[in-house]
Amino acid sequence: MTELAIELRGISKAFGPVQANKDISIQVTKGTIHGIIGENGAGKSTLMSILYGFYKADRGDILIDGKLTAIPDSQAAIAAGIGMVFQHFKLVENFTVLENIVLGAEDGPWLAPSLSKARKELKSLAEEYELNVDPDAVIENIGVGMQQRVEILKALYRQADILILDEPTGVLTPAEADHLFRILRNLKAEGKTIILITHKLREIMDVTDTVSVMRRGEMTATVKTADTSPTELAELMVGRKVLLRVEKTPATPGAKILEVRDLRVVDEKGVERLRGIDLDIHAGEILGIAGVAGSGQSELLEVLGGYRNGHGKIVMNGQSIDLTGARSDGQSRRARGIAHVPEDRQREGLIMDFHAWENVAFGYHHQDEYQRSALLMNNRALRQDAEGKIERFDVRPANCWQAAKNFSGGNQQKIVLAREIERNPDLLLIGQPTRGVDIGAIEFIHQQIVALRDAGKAILLVSVELEEILGLADRIAVMFDGRIMGERMAGTTDERELGMLMAGMTGDAA
Amino acid sequence: MTVMPKWADVILVPLISLFLALAISALVILAIGEDPVEAVQLMIEGSVGSIRGWGYTLYYTTNFIFTGLAVSVAFHARLFNIGGEGQASLGGLGVALVLLFLPWPHWTVALFAAMLGGAAFGALWALIPAWLQAKRGSHIVITTIMFNFIAAGLLNYMLSYTLKPAGSGDPASAKFSPSYDLPTLNSILTDLGIQAARDDSVNVTFLIALLACVLVWVLMWRTRLGYEIRAFGHSETAAKYAGISPLKITVIAMLISGGLAGLMAINTVMGEAERLVLNSTGGAGFIGIAVALMGRSHPIGVLLAALLFGFLYQGGAELSLWTSIPAQLIVVVQALVILFTGALDNMVRMPIERMFLAMRRG
Repeated sequence: MTELAIELRGISKAFGPVQANKDISIQVTKGTIHGIIGENGAGKSTLMSILYGFYKADRGDILIDGKLTAIPDSQAAIAAGIGMVFQHFKLVENFTVLENIVLGAEDGPWLAPSLSKARKELKSLAEEYELNVDPDAVIENIGVGMQQRVEILKALYRQADILILDEPTGVLTPAEADHLFRILRNLKAEGKTIILITHKLREIMDVTDTVSVMRRGEMTATVKTADTSPTELAELMVGRKVLLRVEKTPATPGAKILEVRDLRVVDEKGVERLRGIDLDIHAGEILGIAGVAGSGQSELLEVLGGYRNGHGKIVMNGQSIDLTGARSDGQSRRARGIAHVPEDRQREGLIMDFHAWENVAFGYHHQDEYQRSALLMNNRALRQDAEGKIERFDVRPANCWQAAKNFSGGNQQKIVLAREIERNPDLLLIGQPTRGVDIGAIEFIHQQIVALRDAGKAILLVSVELEEILGLADRIAVMFDGRIMGERMAGTTDERELGMLMAGMTGDAA
Repeated sequence: MTVMPKWADVILVPLISLFLALAISALVILAIGEDPVEAVQLMIEGSVGSIRGWGYTLYYTTNFIFTGLAVSVAFHARLFNIGGEGQASLGGLGVALVLLFLPWPHWTVALFAAMLGGAAFGALWALIPAWLQAKRGSHIVITTIMFNFIAAGLLNYMLSYTLKPAGSGDPASAKFSPSYDLPTLNSILTDLGIQAARDDSVNVTFLIALLACVLVWVLMWRTRLGYEIRAFGHSETAAKYAGISPLKITVIAMLISGGLAGLMAINTVMGEAERLVLNSTGGAGFIGIAVALMGRSHPIGVLLAALLFGFLYQGGAELSLWTSIPAQLIVVVQALVILFTGALDNMVRMPIERMFLAMRRG
């Protein structure tokens, strides 16, 4: 069993002054699942892009099945038996499953023979690997879990023996992720080789045979999964000891800050996204909202943050809040002591082309301290404020003239957090606080959130990472299909119970 | 990660684009059997080789500054205002109405009133597309183009039936009162004791255009409104998150844009023609798009690009005067400049970025 499917020797790749991959060597044994783990920007994706022919390495050799192979483009990678499932699927939304699978691998000018051949092939693949999909379903009508299976089928249809999956569970529910891992084990049993790129330690521990750790473009270690622990892997990834658990004392909830009653939201397409939400949030507690992406959590945040209109009743500090009309926008919410860290910081929380200092006042740019006169803004005051916030929140590089888009995900998030937390809001709405954020920064961000709670503020936390909700929240409400399925105290529940609620099964039935 | 130093981005890339455009223009001139070297000499002499030439070059430059700024302000809000031509025409109507039907004691007061009239008419002409965009989602590119045609029709009607003095066969308004004549730069210089050769084309409006550059810069980078316009332009979703009203920004940005386009009329209608004639804009509204593109929507860039197009315009006019090269050729040159500086920007940018990367790696 020492036959190698892939061997990389001394791969180096630089983008300008940035060395993305430094002298990387790796051996992947045939018929195993090999994990590659590392923080954002550690060079995992670059390495896989080289293997898949998107980038050309500056130096180094690629050996497939023991033979030196040149991979100048993705056609060559496919010919060498490599298939790739990207984090963002590359499917034609309004084509059927079958059409997507055949796309680019048609046998001739006529479509029908290719389609009927693919249909037969698909049937046998489905039986072999538990990869069930409806070949005639249109992509935009099927769930993300199913779309991912289509991507895997696409690779298998092209005779892939080596399958690379880039952060495959980012969009899946725990149950869907388990299904995916079952498929991966089946594929392994059939002799396929799988490379799994992820930043989630639990997945590595669950499913891989061997794991390689990358840090700052270098391969820091390759170990047998059975011989290592999550703590050890985290240390290898970050280069120092990290707290995987959030350190916090039990909450001491105070007065009721926010009361939500029968909140309803109908979106642009006329679909009811929130179907009567009732919630209370108290001072000094973190209320976590768990749920599969698309269960209505985003809409809940958006209504509370003034991004979207709604119907129902919201009372903040004893005063009712407008849900429609001129007094329902983000600025009115901020005036009432509600700060909002949006789920999508790149599209909503930041102006990516603005300098850091321009972003630090964003949403608060009407405040008196930023004005020089009735007409002019005080840019110097903005910059001074930004420098202070950048220092206190350890934003790197500490350069207020750098455009927001040139900061890493974690540092972008710190800029948004600094802006919202330092306003000392009574209620902080925070969506996906650590999505796309590296482990080192996650620790810092969690500490800031807990510190705000301990200062007696109310926090509403929305996250699709169940682990994060369990670690950070004091109380957890689970959403499914626009409703709250139940509330649990974080200390007395577990992933299994929450997972049931997330799937729409009430606690009693479970 | 900025790959290139800033000077390369804002100066080197446009210059190389310009050079490529001119090189292809030279080939076209060769193809019609004329000498490109001689043509360039004629253009330079005619536009910047004499006081008179400079006068006309700066006169055109003034127009292009206004329309270039107009497109720039809207573009900062990601609104592609193609309607500068129509807004400038309506600005001309505003200027003419103010000067024909209201008495003014002195040219300074008349100028101020004409500026208000021109800006107001231009702004109102931009308001309707802005409102349709913000409220109904009608695409502003389509509506502003349509409004150019409507403006042309309206002006045609007004000049043929309403504003034309009785007995005149010419579709133009009556002459404005001679007391409203704007001082030329030449006369201002003479008053200051600097003797320059006679030239009557560039007038005091040029100074107003320079002032407009400064004011637009202050607006965009020093005021809260400018901050909100830029934020909205970069990311509509983020602006909504911050509580910036899309309706407010769309309407205000287009009002300012239309107002700037309308201001152009004080140069052409009040300063030059001294009455309202058909097609007083002479296509400057469209040139403004190229000026804003080339000038990166920054007032300094707009000023430089307006100068370049002023030179091309005046040089082109000279060319058709002295050679068999038709005036239309200058449209070809302009089109090439727009093509290279605007549409094909990346074609030049990518190799230069690669070159800087290679240099940095050593």
